[in-house]
Amino acid sequence: MTALRVALIGAPNSGKSSLFNTLTGSHQKVANYPGVTVERRSGTMTTEGGHEVKILDLPGIYSLNDRSLDEKVSREIITGVHEMEKQPEVLVCVINASNIRVHLRLVLELKTLGLPMIVALNMHDLAARDGIEIDVSRLSEELGLPVITTIAVRRSGVEALKEFLDRDASAYTKPMGIKSDTSTRALQKEAGRITSLVQVSEGGHHKMTRILDSVALHPVIGPILFFVILFFMFQAVFSWAETPMDLIEGSFVALGELIGENLPDNWLRSFIQDGLIAGVGSVLVFLPQIIILFLFILTLEASGYMARAAFIMDKLMAKVGLNGRAFIPLLSSFACAIPGIMATRTIANHRDRITTIMIAPLMTCSARLPVYTLMIAAFIPNKPVLGYFGLQGVVFFTLYLAGIISAIIVAAVMKKTITKGTLQPFLMELPKYQMPRLNHVLLELWQRVRAFLRRAGTIILYAAIALWALTLYPFAPKDATEPDIYYSFAGMIGRALQPIFAPLGFNWEISIALVPGMAAREVAVSALGTVYALQGDEDQVAQSLSTVLQNSWPLPTALAFLAWYIYAPQCLATLATARRETNSWRWTAFMAGYLFALAYLVAMIVNISAKALMA
Amino acid sequence: MMTRYLSELNIGETSIIAGFDTSRVKDKEFAADLEDRLLEIGFEEGLSIEVLHQGPIGGDPIAVKIGTMTIALRKMEAAAIILGEQQ
Ligand SMILES: Nc1nc2c(ncn2[C@@H]2O[C@H](COP(=O)(O)OP(=O)(O)O)[C@@H](O)[C@H]2O)c(=O)[nH]1
Ligand SMILES: [Mg+2]
Repeated sequence: MTALRVALIGAPNSGKSSLFNTLTGSHQKVANYPGVTVERRSGTMTTEGGHEVKILDLPGIYSLNDRSLDEKVSREIITGVHEMEKQPEVLVCVINASNIRVHLRLVLELKTLGLPMIVALNMHDLAARDGIEIDVSRLSEELGLPVITTIAVRRSGVEALKEFLDRDASAYTKPMGIKSDTSTRALQKEAGRITSLVQVSEGGHHKMTRILDSVALHPVIGPILFFVILFFMFQAVFSWAETPMDLIEGSFVALGELIGENLPDNWLRSFIQDGLIAGVGSVLVFLPQIIILFLFILTLEASGYMARAAFIMDKLMAKVGLNGRAFIPLLSSFACAIPGIMATRTIANHRDRITTIMIAPLMTCSARLPVYTLMIAAFIPNKPVLGYFGLQGVVFFTLYLAGIISAIIVAAVMKKTITKGTLQPFLMELPKYQMPRLNHVLLELWQRVRAFLRRAGTIILYAAIALWALTLYPFAPKDATEPDIYYSFAGMIGRALQPIFAPLGFNWEISIALVPGMAAREVAVSALGTVYALQGDEDQVAQSLSTVLQNSWPLPTALAFLAWYIYAPQCLATLATARRETNSWRWTAFMAGYLFALAYLVAMIVNISAKALMA
Repeated sequence: MMTRYLSELNIGETSIIAGFDTSRVKDKEFAADLEDRLLEIGFEEGLSIEVLHQGPIGGDPIAVKIGTMTIALRKMEAAAIILGEQQ
């Protein structure tokens, strides 16, 4: 017996994904539709009666007039013209019980497809809370479709739907009475007529939402509250993530050493110690930041606040052609571009989302801090400027600002060229506030973590192993005068690149260090330590490196090196995540390409003008 | 009396949606689809509407109440919504 193919369809935020999660639990698979960024979420469920049901969570649609890639995928699948996905046998149309007038229009439109359809009258709890009463059997009669009330976020709230799905494909009947006039207006009129018949009590505007919004959307208090929340979120990321990150790093170093002591000194030991274990560690070290940031983001989303944040930031973001929804992902990128890029999923428009992903790495992430700190401590005297500020602080601030301004310029240029398209409306419903449900938030969090580990993690691991091999082989000759890395493939690549980097004032030591430095930005510090053959642990290397650099680098070189790190995508994890989230090697290559080009250009300008000024 | 548009309504004011005039939007490509989008999200002739909130910069975007829903939209979009007389 083949499994029944069921698809969940409905307007955005009607609760499709929640229903999907509750129905399928952990039996789900997340992938991409070929060639597009649209996520394909499928899962299975076994009913009481032993029937196997395959469930597809489709992207939200307002109507069958698709405008975005996501909507197009949904339309193609339910109309049966998608190249890969078979047309579902049964549709479950998820509608919001608080607002049936709008949602019934979609139900009526979908009815014209002639597929068996069940209406899930969802968010029944919220509708009841607001005093909305619906005559369900009358609604079912008027529509000529089975209507089942659900509360998607509660296991018990979907039992009735589960029971209904416990039957053979042949037991479903196709809807009757297809209207000839399917214009939006005609459907709307019909939806209005049905609503007035079945809505026993209209209910009121949710009082609590109104009260909370008078604060959250207040023109003065609203933005203040928003920034307080952001401040708290950042504080949490930086203070809570540090300990587990240190712990992960520490335990992987310890594990490496433990294995090192127990294995003979050969290539296998080096591979396990410096390739494999260090590689896995470099993937896992991102988890604390990802988990904490997403815990906040998902909670804000589930409470209904995220749409308000977008409302507050929209005007500002619109100035660079983006939507208010782009703000949180970009802000998250100040901690780390990886969760930032992953958070762009809330941006509905494809082009806006790509633009946001492309500029996310320009936000100064925390991995740049070790590099900035090292260089500033070594080269910038901490003399006061303008009375109050220290010069070091001013340079730090300038580096942050340069990233932000560059991002604004890049976004503006992209929106006028490669991601150009029709302006997107901001138009959205502000959901009613509610207490987030822990199990829902945790499930969503787990999906993000799993996606990162599976898709980005594997690329990062392979790259880490490749870099290990590049820096180790071939071995240095017996009579070597330079550090080992000089003779390795990484050394060869670095030395070959040196003439190219010469206009930036980079010496061969820097050129070589940039090769293993591709792994992550903070690796630049230890890579320079290796090239300058320094011994000791991380802090000692940084200490002595500071002195070595002071004596061997001219100031213009140091400044150019700082400028390089504002832009250069020296972080494989970011590129791997961009690859996963855009589902495109071309966009990933574009990101790497434009960032390297900018890094090169700006570093060269800095080097040449600093030299000229000092001459 | 002059025709009023949703973009001209102040916080706390209520009115009735009388129709749509997307020709008031400068970007023609954007305007082409705007009426359908507005209809699909829940704007409909005859429904009463109230402006609840305005954004912190230049009073843009705005949040309006239609029935039990709160909908956010930019002023530029609101400029295409014609208001009628309050009965
Ligand atoms: N109280 C309540 N909240 C719900 C219900 N269904 C969904 N939600 C919440 O509504 C929001 C949007 O749901 P989601 O499943 O992401 O909608 P989708 O866009 O249709 O996939 C989430 O914050 C859910 O927690 C429900 O039946 N009751
Ligand atoms: Mg969803």
